Amino acid sequence: MSLQPQELQYLEKKIKRKPNQTELHIVAAEWSEHCSYKSSKKHLKLLPTRGPRVIHEKGFDSGVLDVGDNYVITIHIESHNHPSAVEPYGGAATGVGGVIRDILSAGTRPIAILDGLRFGDIQKDPHARWLFKNAVSGIADYGNCLGIPTVGGEVEFDKSYTNYALVDVAAIGFGKKEKLIKNDAKEGDLVVLIGGPTGRDGIGGSQFASDSLEAENRSAVQIPDPFIEKLIIEATLQARDEGCIKAIKDLGGGGLSCAVSETADALGIGIELDTSRVHTREADMKPHEIMTSESQERMLIITEPVKLPRLEEICAKFKIKCSVIGKVSQNKMMTVRSDGKILAEMPAEIVANAPLIDWPAKEPSYIKQLQNKKEPGPVSNLTSALVKMLSNPNIASKNWVYGQYDHEVGIRTVVKPGADAAVLRLDNGKYLAVKIDGNPKHCYLDPKNGAMGCFEEACRNVVCTGATPIGMVDHLQFGSPQNPEIFWTFIESIRAISEFSKFFNIPCVGGKVSLYNETPYGPIKPTPIIGVVGLIEGTPLKPQKIQQGDILIVVGKTKDELGGSEYFEYIHDFVGGRPPKVNLEESKKNMDAILSLIQTQKLKAVHDCSKGGLGIAACELALGSQIGLSVYLEKMPQQTMTEDRLLFSESHSRYLVVVQKADLEQVTNLLNKANVEFGVIGDFGSKDIVFSFNHKIVAKLRVDKAYNIWFNSLGELVSHG
Amino acid sequence: MKVGVIVFPGSNCDRDMFHVLKDVFKFETKYFWHEDRLAGDLDAVVLPGGFSYGDRLRAGVIAAHSPIISDVKKLAEKGMPILGVCNGFQILVEAQLLPGVLLKNTTLSFMCRWTELVVENNKTPFTNKFALKQKIPIPIANGEGRYYVDKKTLDSLKKNHQIVFRYSENINDSVFNIAGICNKEGNIVGMMPHPERAVEPEINPIDAKPSSLIFESLIANVGARR
Repeated sequence: MSLQPQELQYLEKKIKRKPNQTELHIVAAEWSEHCSYKSSKKHLKLLPTRGPRVIHEKGFDSGVLDVGDNYVITIHIESHNHPSAVEPYGGAATGVGGVIRDILSAGTRPIAILDGLRFGDIQKDPHARWLFKNAVSGIADYGNCLGIPTVGGEVEFDKSYTNYALVDVAAIGFGKKEKLIKNDAKEGDLVVLIGGPTGRDGIGGSQFASDSLEAENRSAVQIPDPFIEKLIIEATLQARDEGCIKAIKDLGGGGLSCAVSETADALGIGIELDTSRVHTREADMKPHEIMTSESQERMLIITEPVKLPRLEEICAKFKIKCSVIGKVSQNKMMTVRSDGKILAEMPAEIVANAPLIDWPAKEPSYIKQLQNKKEPGPVSNLTSALVKMLSNPNIASKNWVYGQYDHEVGIRTVVKPGADAAVLRLDNGKYLAVKIDGNPKHCYLDPKNGAMGCFEEACRNVVCTGATPIGMVDHLQFGSPQNPEIFWTFIESIRAISEFSKFFNIPCVGGKVSLYNETPYGPIKPTPIIGVVGLIEGTPLKPQKIQQGDILIVVGKTKDELGGSEYFEYIHDFVGGRPPKVNLEESKKNMDAILSLIQTQKLKAVHDCSKGGLGIAACELALGSQIGLSVYLEKMPQQTMTEDRLLFSESHSRYLVVVQKADLEQVTNLLNKANVEFGVIGDFGSKDIVFSFNHKIVAKLRVDKAYNIWFNSLGELVSHG
Repeated sequence: MKVGVIVFPGSNCDRDMFHVLKDVFKFETKYFWHEDRLAGDLDAVVLPGGFSYGDRLRAGVIAAHSPIISDVKKLAEKGMPILGVCNGFQILVEAQLLPGVLLKNTTLSFMCRWTELVVENNKTPFTNKFALKQKIPIPIANGEGRYYVDKKTLDSLKKNHQIVFRYSENINDSVFNIAGICNKEGNIVGMMPHPERAVEPEINPIDAKPSSLIFESLIANVGARR
């Protein structure tokens, strides 16, 4: 719990004296990497954040997008990596809690959750299995109790996460534009803490998250209580409706220290508080413990004195504690008292703005080495490779996971988990599609194209439902920024994401940076995660049952770029090669073509190609309807390459489209007009999935056997190890 | 046609149920907070799903001791149609308005998926529009949805026609695949699956018409009683 020497110097210079112990604790919490973003703030400025739908308000913790008809959606993403690596159930559950409170503090009701889970090799590592099972339970128990559907997400396993966990949670909110809480406060307004009692759990959490994981620090893990959070949701929305909230902030990393300093700084006000007024769950807590506790399910509300009685009544109705802990002062100081005695007093702006660090960056030497490594030749039996890929935990059906999440509560879930993106119905007749995507294997070998690829993939997924992407959140997860090679990969990914964002006019409306993700085994692979929301103003494309005679089309060209592919890593145990690159013009043409096609309402299904390439994507379509399929590989638009590479290349901007034979001509005419590369590559029917090249069978599997493997592998692996 | 939806701290399917009653079936619908009294002019009462009191101690046990339950009991005695869905069913069972218990799923995890019910009793206020053995596509979402009664009670349920819905597959080891039951008088029905999630074609991927009959039965029942 300490500042770096140069940070201490900087603080002393700014406040013109030496800080006392309490002040040091407060500043150390807020200036932790997790809260202050001192290593990343400068570079994050590259990300485009404006757009016609984007609504900016001071003090907002989540991104806000206008969806028309006086409605808005909010979106936010967070992670709880370090705590989940130690205590996966509590870490993952409180991750949900935190992101939900951010959505709530904009003044919108949370309507959906997505989770991105990454662990070590669950086939070989029982510890990774244990982490995975418990993280899923944690998210399930918390989200289900809140009654907010968990509608999508990702699950991935990679050795670089050994003994570690990446738990990303995103949430979406929805509400009326006029009910957004515009954070505002003036002298004399009261500062109120509502929710659970403050305890010693989670003390130093933000510091813990800003350090590599070397020892299990259980006290830094927060304890979840979704029941109290549910009461907070209802109380906050009611208080909002009755004008009792002038400003609101959730308490997360760094506890009161961060919430108070950030609020004061954002609103340009001063806040005085007395820690003896905070309702605590343990006796004899020291003031600095109260200021840095990360006990969950707490919100900071600023209210007018005349509104206080009503706020107290609303809290009493829901039986949550409400303590007046301070007031807004006329200076711009953050003043902390205990029983009236001043313990800390510093300008809020200084506390909330840590001095930024500009780490050096250097391209890692391993990248060129790995990209130029001699790539493996084809396996002799592509049928077994395909079957093995279907049981690959990174590819197999994730129904074991989402079957534990109530994904129907709220009765908005039009396209359910298991499809390319979840689709929620909004109150204005429109629909929202949402997806999060990451690909550390690609990003490790090529941070720039890998990160851009994640963004494209998330867009492809929402486009498959007929949605036009309207906004993005990013979660940038890397090892230590003090390692110039790692820091280089961080900057490259920001550059790539910015370039894609600008080209497509998809603004970044929020995000997080999580650094220092390392264990004694080493750093994680660069893992930027991109979440995209898309809007559908017509009819969403719901996957329909594919039938005998339906035709399969691929839009997009398959290129020889297998670096970082599941095929190389899972089948050949090979890390190397060049990962796929996004061609921006092609990407746009293909997306536009797919969206126009969907609008004709002549399509039965659209599914994008990603992990496992076209081979896996085609199987997934067939297995989803439990019907056979014949694929003629020579008809795919392609660069020349061996058949295994053709099947498993993970080239971007590719979509599989299913149409009835009767509609084939209309669809191909449209595709010709759209000037995109496409091929009519297959037809559905029979009991087998067959891939052939110029009449030579390349791979052949029984639908029923393949279904069993694809559908049940993950559950069996986790249950019986 | 006036329906009350009871809301406990932690209920979370109340707004879904309210929407279906009010916007889909056009009932005059009102929320009743668990500390309020139920209105005197209701035609039916619904206890919706959720995690009342966070499922502390046991699902539904604390809510069963809420002040409003004594009003529910009084109205039930007068023959008012009462529907308990999921946590609502758990609360009715804990309040001893319905027999049996709802245990943790044998998988020990929460289960959310679509399944199918078979109508076994079409004489209740919520099933009079069904044909016997009619099938209903409907989702379940619960961690404690395994219905259990001992053999003696099961025989009595069968004898008194108290089994209202059964699952058409063994979805969670419920005794006799029981998904929903009623009291001896037949006016209180408890069911684990969520009809409010099944009545709109937009979110029901299979067929929304059968589950709609649950609410249309109520219309017929109340109309007949007037």
